[in-house]
Amino acid sequence: MTQPILKLEGVVKSFGRNEVLRGVDIDVAPGQSLVVIGGSGSGKSVMLKNALGLMTPDAGKVFFDGHDVTQSKGKTRERMRARVGMLFQSGALFDSLTVWENVAFRLIHADGVKRRDAKERALATLKKVRLGSDVAGLYPAEISGGMQKRVSLARSIISEPDLIFFDEPTTGLDPITADAINDLIIEQVRSLGAATVSITHDMASARKIADEVAMLFEGKIIWRGKASDVDHSGNEYVDQFVHGRADGPIQPAI
Amino acid sequence: MNYLQGSAIVSNVSTHKSGFPNPLRWIGASVLGLFAEIGRLSVFSARVKLAAFTPRWFWGEIWRQMIRIGFYSFPVVGMSAVFIGAALALNIYTGGSRYGAEQFVPNIVVLGITRELGAVITGLMLAGRVSAGISAEIGAMRVTEQIDALETLSASPYRYLYAPRFLAALITLPILVAASDIIGVMGGWLVSVYSLGFDSTTYLRNTLDFVTTEDIIVGLIKAVVFGGVIALMGCYQGDRSQAGATGVGRAATLSMVGAAVLVLASNYVMSNLFVEIGL
Repeated sequence: MTQPILKLEGVVKSFGRNEVLRGVDIDVAPGQSLVVIGGSGSGKSVMLKNALGLMTPDAGKVFFDGHDVTQSKGKTRERMRARVGMLFQSGALFDSLTVWENVAFRLIHADGVKRRDAKERALATLKKVRLGSDVAGLYPAEISGGMQKRVSLARSIISEPDLIFFDEPTTGLDPITADAINDLIIEQVRSLGAATVSITHDMASARKIADEVAMLFEGKIIWRGKASDVDHSGNEYVDQFVHGRADGPIQPAI
Repeated sequence: MNYLQGSAIVSNVSTHKSGFPNPLRWIGASVLGLFAEIGRLSVFSARVKLAAFTPRWFWGEIWRQMIRIGFYSFPVVGMSAVFIGAALALNIYTGGSRYGAEQFVPNIVVLGITRELGAVITGLMLAGRVSAGISAEIGAMRVTEQIDALETLSASPYRYLYAPRFLAALITLPILVAASDIIGVMGGWLVSVYSLGFDSTTYLRNTLDFVTTEDIIVGLIKAVVFGGVIALMGCYQGDRSQAGATGVGRAATLSMVGAAVLVLASNYVMSNLFVEIGL
């Protein structure tokens, strides 16, 4: 069996008395696209931040390419992050930097690439996400939400990572722009051969980009299967979520 | 991540049957919360200082922050200094005239400005303008996940965000205070010459003869400390900012109030120390 690029083993995370993750077990093989679905407040973003090392689990372990990175810091963490890309829900572009400087940020500040070379690579990567050089000199506030997502996607793939995290990649976008983002994700991820972990509650997006789907509910993975099986999973929680019904075992978060 | 804030400890204190908080538990929780806050601020400060005084340095960011903190603060610092100097001269003249000691106006103005008011007024003005500004900016970056993004891009926020602001404040505050000293003294000179009837040459000669290098150094040492306090409070409160506009606004307010109080408190401690060592 291929060694997973990412593995979470019994990950627990609480904030005060609020136990958000109650023992998450999940793994992703190289080149595989896993989509984690779940309602608002189910702990999807917290799971992602634990996997990325932005939070440290209270219990359990996180393995990256076979190495335990749960408590890792410094160079070990840097080595992991050099092989990981992340597209944040809000885009998280740096307001004070231009579009190309955002895309080339890692190259300039972590990899020591000269600005001129980094700009060339940033422009080439922007082209991959269908953005021309005319937007390269603009600031994030000067471009649309869909363009910001594409810039963020370009930033996450410029260093050709082995694993990319997508946090709600289509949230806040109209259906056509969302579909275009999904297409770009599929296209770029396939060309890189990278594994992906996406979290979303957009089922159209999940169906399109996933090889496998897992559902997180009350801090645990309660179902995992092929994307093609998600509509007939046999799991009442998954059925309710996938079909967007208010009635069922999951109580609406209102 | 700071999900459990110090203040949360206080807010969790159970209430008495009457509906009022149990006073003993409230005091206990407040004291614990205060110590927790001091501990967090100390650790944060140590990490910022470590990042500031060890490589790698982001020179472009340090320069940008020097312009923002130093250059753009100059008008407000200059305006404050000229009015403080002028008001100081008027008050010293009024008080001195009761004892026939009006001639000491230039001496006391220059002493008060260089040792105390130049640094304190600059510190207080920058606690409002700079500390709150840093806090709001970093708070907005925190709540829009830009700081998380920095970390995923292998850039430490301590090195890329906090250390440049800290270093820029350490460098620019003494320059601003030196300017404030000169402008403040000139404010006193303006009022003394054009309103109180002092001879211009005599006023300036008395000023230069009376002020010592030590007086100026005392103010500049205070400026360095105030610069560190102002930048650290802005970065700390911004880093701990809670989600939403309210959270960012609260962080800005806390940083401004915290920086102003620390400027005044550290000023007293340093003044006391300088008097003790005869500086």
